[in-house]
Amino acid sequence: MESMLHITTLHYLVLGAALFLLGVIGVLTRRNVVIVLMSIELILNAVNLNLVAFSRLWGGLHGQVFAIFVITDAAAEAAVGLGILIAFFRNKETVNIDEVNLLKW
Amino acid sequence: MLIGGILVITRKNPVHSALALIVTLLAQASIYLMLYAPFVAGVQIILYAGGIMVLFLFVIMLVSIDRSMKERQFNSQWVVGIVAATALGGLFIAVYTKGKDIFPEHALPMVENDNTQQIATMLYGQYMFAFEIASLLLLVAIIGAVVMAKKRI
Repeated sequence: MESMLHITTLHYLVLGAALFLLGVIGVLTRRNVVIVLMSIELILNAVNLNLVAFSRLWGGLHGQVFAIFVITDAAAEAAVGLGILIAFFRNKETVNIDEVNLLKW
Repeated sequence: MLIGGILVITRKNPVHSALALIVTLLAQASIYLMLYAPFVAGVQIILYAGGIMVLFLFVIMLVSIDRSMKERQFNSQWVVGIVAATALGGLFIAVYTKGKDIFPEHALPMVENDNTQQIATMLYGQYMFAFEIASLLLLVAIIGAVVMAKKRI
């Protein structure tokens, strides 16, 4: 019973996997570009959770340093993605991802 | 935290999604504190819940959401998307049920008094090159975002 109540690394990994799946579902099914970008943030956060959980498991700090790098990447990605979104909205007056089909043959 | 994540992908109004995402990020910061990572928790709150979410809310304010809220919210391939995500979930379950015995039951003891200092030493020592690359990436992102969002250059 005591080991049942203990939070192990596996619990964090399952939580991270669930969050990752929510992000994937959001990316694949939503039509609003803003919400798709937010789902990408969910995916990156799931990866961060795994990194920090493993860093705790092995007692080192490499996972936390990598989590900081991932947060940096997320900031860069959000800035560029929202810039693209603003340019797209100015041209087409919509945020619907189904209408981003200029490269479609 | 999972409730927040579910709300992010189901709400119709993007502002509600953003608020749910803030709840999710704060819950995750508390989980970082549970994992003895106070510096990452602080960075998460300041940079994610503070910086990136403000950026998202600004963009939601700039693009008009009245029309998109009246439209269909899920795209035409949502069945395929759900099936693909379910397959991925089945893969995760298979991996975790097969591999759950390889982890040690109890984590190693961790010093928690100089976490930030150790992270700084590693960032400027062992990960010096990656740190410089990250700064270059941020510079490129700044220039890219300005070029994209500007009307004419």
